[in-house]
Amino acid sequence: MAEMDTSGGGHHKKRPGVKKSKKQSTRVDLTPMVDLGFLLITFFIFTTTMSQPTAMKLFLPKDTDKPEEQNKAKESGALTLLLGSNSAVYYYEGQLAVDAGQNNFKSSTMKQIRDIIIDKKRRTPEKDLVIVIKPSNNASYKDVVDILDEMTINDIKRYALVDILDIESDLIKATEGASGAPK
Amino acid sequence: MTAMCDVAFLLLSFFILTTKFKPAEAISVTTPNSVSSKVAPEKDVTLVTITKDGKVFISLDNESVKEELANQLNASKGAGLSPADIKAFRKASFYGSPVSQLKSFLAIPSDQLKGDALPGIPARDTTNNEVIDWMRSIVTAHANLNEKMNLIVKGDNLAKYPQFKNVITAFKKADQFKFQMITNPEGIPSGTDLWRKFMKGEKIEQ
Repeated sequence: MAEMDTSGGGHHKKRPGVKKSKKQSTRVDLTPMVDLGFLLITFFIFTTTMSQPTAMKLFLPKDTDKPEEQNKAKESGALTLLLGSNSAVYYYEGQLAVDAGQNNFKSSTMKQIRDIIIDKKRRTPEKDLVIVIKPSNNASYKDVVDILDEMTINDIKRYALVDILDIESDLIKATEGASGAPK
Repeated sequence: MTAMCDVAFLLLSFFILTTKFKPAEAISVTTPNSVSSKVAPEKDVTLVTITKDGKVFISLDNESVKEELANQLNASKGAGLSPADIKAFRKASFYGSPVSQLKSFLAIPSDQLKGDALPGIPARDTTNNEVIDWMRSIVTAHANLNEKMNLIVKGDNLAKYPQFKNVITAFKKADQFKFQMITNPEGIPSGTDLWRKFMKGEKIEQ
């Protein structure tokens, strides 16, 4: 197959008395290399996994109207993340307070939110920490999955996917309108 | 000869390493990434697909469950499927039309089924969320046959949250509180808590 003919074409006729040329052939026997190549190819063929999709789990809470069955979150340990359009993330800690005196409604992006989550996690006792995720109607499915993934990445034990309140979506609208974010 | 051999091997290895086996899909969906490394289940799957235009499609893999589902839809929603339709229902790879148009949907030959041209299962608003009916029928069908049920959502990156929410609402209404979302694997970002856990060799629960 890949064996090289190293005899030099066969037109050297051996004549008695003529010394054989000492010139070494530059041709190399390729057989071992080809063998190794095929070995590698077979190896890769056998070890290649076909692109297998993975799946992330999500557990939904049961909808309940009875207040005593609802999970209570400590105000100090709560961090609410609001997903706006174009991967914008807004957040506030504890209760939303947007008055003349105080404003804890802050904006961020999907890339920076990790630092905020980590910061909140460091400041809060683990049993109090709960993250509330509220995607707005403009949020994309990717953002939702990304933010749920952040929960896994940052090892958050308690988080919930909750419907957004009107006041919050109005705030997002106002903020996005003001900052001129493309809709 | 040597050079040719080299190039051939290089090309061969390149193609082997970059090949992705992907069957042609009638519904094209680009899934988001996640750090989850758990492989999606392949058996007894109920797959709810959300396309980027917010259309919802449902597919099942178990044919006997499909037949039972057709009976359930006949009984509870008055789909009016004839035995021949039920046969087609068994063979269909996915469903994407309102129950009222299911008969004409099943008449479409499978090579002409393209997600873009189909209406999808109505889930656009909360008042007309047929996914709820589908989910209830699917759950009953699985329960009647004593089959396991793996609920999977496959959403497109660009799908909007309201559609996803309607699908989740349908799951809740059908008492399905556990489901999985198909994602592409991605590496764990270094320096995060999960990464630290991973480095310590602790088991990562997902």
